[in-house]
Amino acid sequence: MTLAISLAYLLAAVLFILGLKQLSSPKGARNGNFTAGGGMVIALGATIPLLHFTKAGLEIVAIGVVIGTLIGTIGARMVRMTAIPQMVALFNGVGGGAAALVAVAELLKFGTHPSLAEALPSVFSIAIGSISFAGSMVAFAKLQELMTGTPITYPGQQIVNGLLAAAVVGFAIAVLAIASIPFSFVALMVLALILGVAFVLPIGGADMPVVISLLNAFTGLAVAASGFTLNNFALIVAGTLVGASGSLLTKLMSDAMGRSLANVLFGAFGQVHAVATAAAGGQARSVRSASAEDLGTLLAYSQRVIIVPGYGLAVAQAQHAARELADVLEQRGVDVEYAIHPVAGRMPGHMNVLLAEANVPYEQLKEMDQINDDFKNADVALIVGANDVVNPAARSTPGSPIYGMPILNADQAKNVIFMKRSMRPGFAGIDNELMYGPNTVMFFGDAKDSLNKLVTAVKAA
Amino acid sequence: MNNELLNELTFFVLAIFVGFEVISKVPTILHTPLMSGTNAIHGIILVGAILIAAGASSPVNIAIGLVAVTLATTNVVGGFVVTDRMLEMFKGRQPAKKAAPTVAPR
Repeated sequence: MTLAISLAYLLAAVLFILGLKQLSSPKGARNGNFTAGGGMVIALGATIPLLHFTKAGLEIVAIGVVIGTLIGTIGARMVRMTAIPQMVALFNGVGGGAAALVAVAELLKFGTHPSLAEALPSVFSIAIGSISFAGSMVAFAKLQELMTGTPITYPGQQIVNGLLAAAVVGFAIAVLAIASIPFSFVALMVLALILGVAFVLPIGGADMPVVISLLNAFTGLAVAASGFTLNNFALIVAGTLVGASGSLLTKLMSDAMGRSLANVLFGAFGQVHAVATAAAGGQARSVRSASAEDLGTLLAYSQRVIIVPGYGLAVAQAQHAARELADVLEQRGVDVEYAIHPVAGRMPGHMNVLLAEANVPYEQLKEMDQINDDFKNADVALIVGANDVVNPAARSTPGSPIYGMPILNADQAKNVIFMKRSMRPGFAGIDNELMYGPNTVMFFGDAKDSLNKLVTAVKAA
Repeated sequence: MNNELLNELTFFVLAIFVGFEVISKVPTILHTPLMSGTNAIHGIILVGAILIAAGASSPVNIAIGLVAVTLATTNVVGGFVVTDRMLEMFKGRQPAKKAAPTVAPR
C-alpha cells in the first residue's frame, strides 16, 4: 500500500470520528452526516488505485454500484417517516450480508489450510455478518408487519437456540482446524443465518430498536473482521468505531426503556407475557366511551391539554391532524403541549422526527422528565395511539413485563381521553389498567379520523 | 506475529476506545439518527466488496462479487440518505430550539 493511500485512509478515519462526534449533539448532527459521507467518498476514492480489474470485475462493480445506488436512494427517499426503523434494519442487514460474502470470497482464495491470522477473522465475519443479515431481515419483517410483532416462543426454544449457537461455533472451529473448504464455511454461513432468525423471533416488536442497534454493532464488527482478512486499514477502523459506538448506543437505548440488555434479548419478555395475558384475559371489564361532541366540548373548555402521541399516531399518519387539533385549541386559548416518551414511536427520538415533519413547534415538545410533574395540573391528557408508555402497571405490578420502565403520568390528569383503534393490547401484549380508570374515557377509531372528528367538534363547541 | 498484524491490532484496540468515548453523551432525540449514521459508516464494507469483485474471474467469484457490491452500495447510499432525511427535520428549527431548554443533556 502506498503512502498516499494510507494517508487518505487516515483522513477518512478522522472524518468518521468527527462525524460521529457531531452526530451526537443536536447542533451539528446534520453536518456530522455530511462529514462522515465525505470520509466515505475519500476512502472509496483511495481504493481505486489498488484495483486490478478483470473485464468481468469491472462490469459487476459498475452494475452493483448502479443497482445499489438506485435501491438505496429510492428506498431512503420514498420511505414514509413512520417506516424509518425498518429501513434502518434493512440497510444494516445488507451491510452484514456484504461483510459475510467478502469473507467467503477471501476464504475461497486462501485454499484449504489458511493461516490462523487470515482464517479467524474471516470465520468471525461470516458468522456475525450472517447473523446480522438474517436478524435484521426478521426485525424488518416484524416492524413492517409482514409477520406478527409479538414474541414467537415455543417450548425448548432456549435449548434449540443454544444448540444452534454451539453448531455455529463447531463449524467455525472445523473451518479453522480441519479444512477450509466450501462445504465447511457455507455450512457455517447457513447455520449462522438460521441462528440470526431464531435469535430475533422471541423478541417482541417493541424491543426491535434495541435489537437493530445491537445488530448494527454486529455488522460493524463483521466489517472490522473483514478488514483484518483484507489487511485494509479503513475497514478495520470504521468497522470497529461502529462496533464500539453501536454497543454503547444499544446500552443507552435499553437504559431509556428502563431494562437491561439481557432482559431485552433473552426471552424474559416472552415468558412473563404469557402469564400477564392469562391473568388479564380471565376478567371482562367495562370501559367508558364517549361521543366526539362530548369530548370536543371537554377539550374546548379546558385550560391545559397534554397530548401523548404514540406509535398508533404514526401508523395512522395522524401527526398533521394532531397539530390541527392543537391549533384550534390554542386559538381558543387552551395551553397545549406534547409529552414525548423516550421510546414513543418505534425508536428513541422517532416521535420527535414525526412531529417535526408536521411542523409542530419545537417548544411544545416536552421530554418525559420535563412534563411528568405537570400532568396533575392538566385538565385533559389526550392519548393518541400510545399504550405501554402510559401503563401504570410499570409502576405498580412487579410481575409485569414492563415493570420498572419509566412511564408518563397521564393517569394523574383530571381527565384522560384514550384514543385507540380497539381494546387490543399494545406492543408489549399486556392489558392497560389506565383504560379502566375512573377518569378515563375511551374514544375508539382510527387515530386520524378520530382527531379530525375532534377538530370539528371543538370548532362547533 | 508479524508487524502488519500487530499494527492492525493496535488500530483495532484504539478504535474501540475512540468509539466508546466519542458518543458518551447523546440526547434521546438523537438516538435514531445516530444509529442510522453509524449504520451508514459500516457501509465502508463497499471498499472490501469492490476489492474482491474487481479481480473476479470465476463464475462463483463473479456472483459473490456482484451481490456483495450491490448490498454494500445499498448500505452506504441508503444509510446516508435516510440519515440526512431524518436530520433535515430538525433543521430550520434552530432558533426555537434555543428558546426552549429541551435539549439539555440528561
